[in-house]
Amino acid sequence: MGKAYKYGDNVDTDVIIPARFLNTSDPAELAKHAMEDIDAAFASSVQPGDVIVAGSNFGSGSSREHAPLALKAAGLAAVIAPSFARIFYRNAFNIGFPILESREAAAAIEAGDEVRIDFKTGEITDVTKGVTYHAEPLPAFMQGLIETGGLVEYVKAKRR
Amino acid sequence: MSSNNNNSHAMTMTQKILAAHAGEDCVHPGQFVEADLDVVLANDITGPIAVREFARMGGGAVYDKTKVVLTPDHFTPNKDIKAAEQCKELREFAREQGIVNYYEVGQVGIEHAFLPEQGLVTAGDVVIGADSHTCTYGALGAFSTGVGSTDMAAGMATGKAWFRVPTALKFVLKGAPGPWVSGKDLILHIIGRIGVDGALYASMEFCGDGVASLTMDSRLAVSNMAIEAGAKNGIFPVDAAALEYIAAHPCTAPGMKKEPRVFEADPDAAYEAEYEIDLSALRPTVSLPSLPDNTKTIDEVAKMGVRIDQSVIGSCTNGRMEDMEVAASIIKGRKIADGVRCIVIPGTQQIWLDCVKRGLAEAFVEAGCVFSTPTCGPCLGGYMGVLAEGERAVSTTNRNFVGRMGHVRSEVYLASPAVAAASAVAGVLTDPATL
Repeated sequence: MGKAYKYGDNVDTDVIIPARFLNTSDPAELAKHAMEDIDAAFASSVQPGDVIVAGSNFGSGSSREHAPLALKAAGLAAVIAPSFARIFYRNAFNIGFPILESREAAAAIEAGDEVRIDFKTGEITDVTKGVTYHAEPLPAFMQGLIETGGLVEYVKAKRR
Repeated sequence: MSSNNNNSHAMTMTQKILAAHAGEDCVHPGQFVEADLDVVLANDITGPIAVREFARMGGGAVYDKTKVVLTPDHFTPNKDIKAAEQCKELREFAREQGIVNYYEVGQVGIEHAFLPEQGLVTAGDVVIGADSHTCTYGALGAFSTGVGSTDMAAGMATGKAWFRVPTALKFVLKGAPGPWVSGKDLILHIIGRIGVDGALYASMEFCGDGVASLTMDSRLAVSNMAIEAGAKNGIFPVDAAALEYIAAHPCTAPGMKKEPRVFEADPDAAYEAEYEIDLSALRPTVSLPSLPDNTKTIDEVAKMGVRIDQSVIGSCTNGRMEDMEVAASIIKGRKIADGVRCIVIPGTQQIWLDCVKRGLAEAFVEAGCVFSTPTCGPCLGGYMGVLAEGERAVSTTNRNFVGRMGHVRSEVYLASPAVAAASAVAGVLTDPATL
């Protein structure tokens, strides 16, 4: 369980992790600058288990895997949004960083609300408000990818 | 997922290419396929992570030494020690693996200008690149899309990538563009019309008799920015001009021979939406801060009196020879306005050399421009033109997000080379026709 950080539509990878910090790919180093161009307080205040709740097209722009890596290393449990940009969507699954599509949860959860997520069932509970939402179910292929342990394990299994 | 598709065998151009590379007769939107890859691309930012993930996947040899293309182009020539370390990691991997298509500084260009020029991509290819603007090669009739570093690593290991077969939006182009209107204006117009997530997860397929009126450099600029509408790819039919371009840019890398394969959309293929665009009605178009869909025509923008501190002419969107020629035709014999820094960056070493040989470089320098060797540098606020607080740039690049070119309170206006050149001379955002 953690608290929600709330942002708007089209949060792009340049604000998730600005390119001026891409001269490294060390996740801990990247995490220090996560979200800093739209929320200077994020990196210093985020706690393990916290979540980002955002508008549509989260993660638009660059293909930099540094974006989900920075959020994961910052300790975030998940991002909840109505939709994700497609490269960010792939990258998040590939590195094992949970993202959940839910228009209702994304609209209703407010900044600072306590949020609990059951990743097995896709249930998102706003503990502060006492309301539960259901994330969009994953396509079977994506579910399989997760069950195998992400793309690295998937490829390892295929190459054997 | 295929409820909007009455004929299960009718496919879009993208679907046909994916089917052929997945060993399927037919694919439908929403289906997951694993497709054989003709090119797997990475740069100095995304490559080092891919190299490490490749090792975690068991390492060994890459699936094909000729099909992995490594282009250190973003923070090169090395902008600082950390960037130098990243390039070193990529270089050492390339040496160990015997990668045929590793291109060092001095050979390398901005990847999406460089690969088509070197014939490393062709019609009918399936290409993944750990760079979001990999969608550029749709202009040549390839299925080409950006991915992250882990996907790139998987591609290097197996020669395959997984895809969810996309639906498509159809853009029927009519007529021919007027003076000072280019592919950049067309794609900015489209993004302004459908929004930055207007084509999310879908293909953008361009067709119609207007395609013939677009030069290949213009088409490359259009496909390049498909990602700015959220698209998976943006693809053009392979016409005589495309085949001519491909023939004029043969692949000369050792041990490689590339042949174009022409795929055509079925006439009854299903599209999520169809847009008709009269190219002759397009105006030079500008995208205002801080999203590419925040567009206005130059007629509206010129009235606003937008003063600029910097003009950047280059990038994977607009660093090609036609872009240099248009910019030079405006700048030659004029002076860059007082207080404006104009930075011209040809996309490849060949374009740089052609600019020198044909007198464009001289025209730029005499007017007071910086004339740089190829780099992605300023587009993403890396180096070679980073903006200070409160500064404003017009740029032929592809993103005007908050902080994209520097300080979080700097601004980027996206435009064509013609508008960027005219504005550099005038000091305010200007219609080239009125200069």
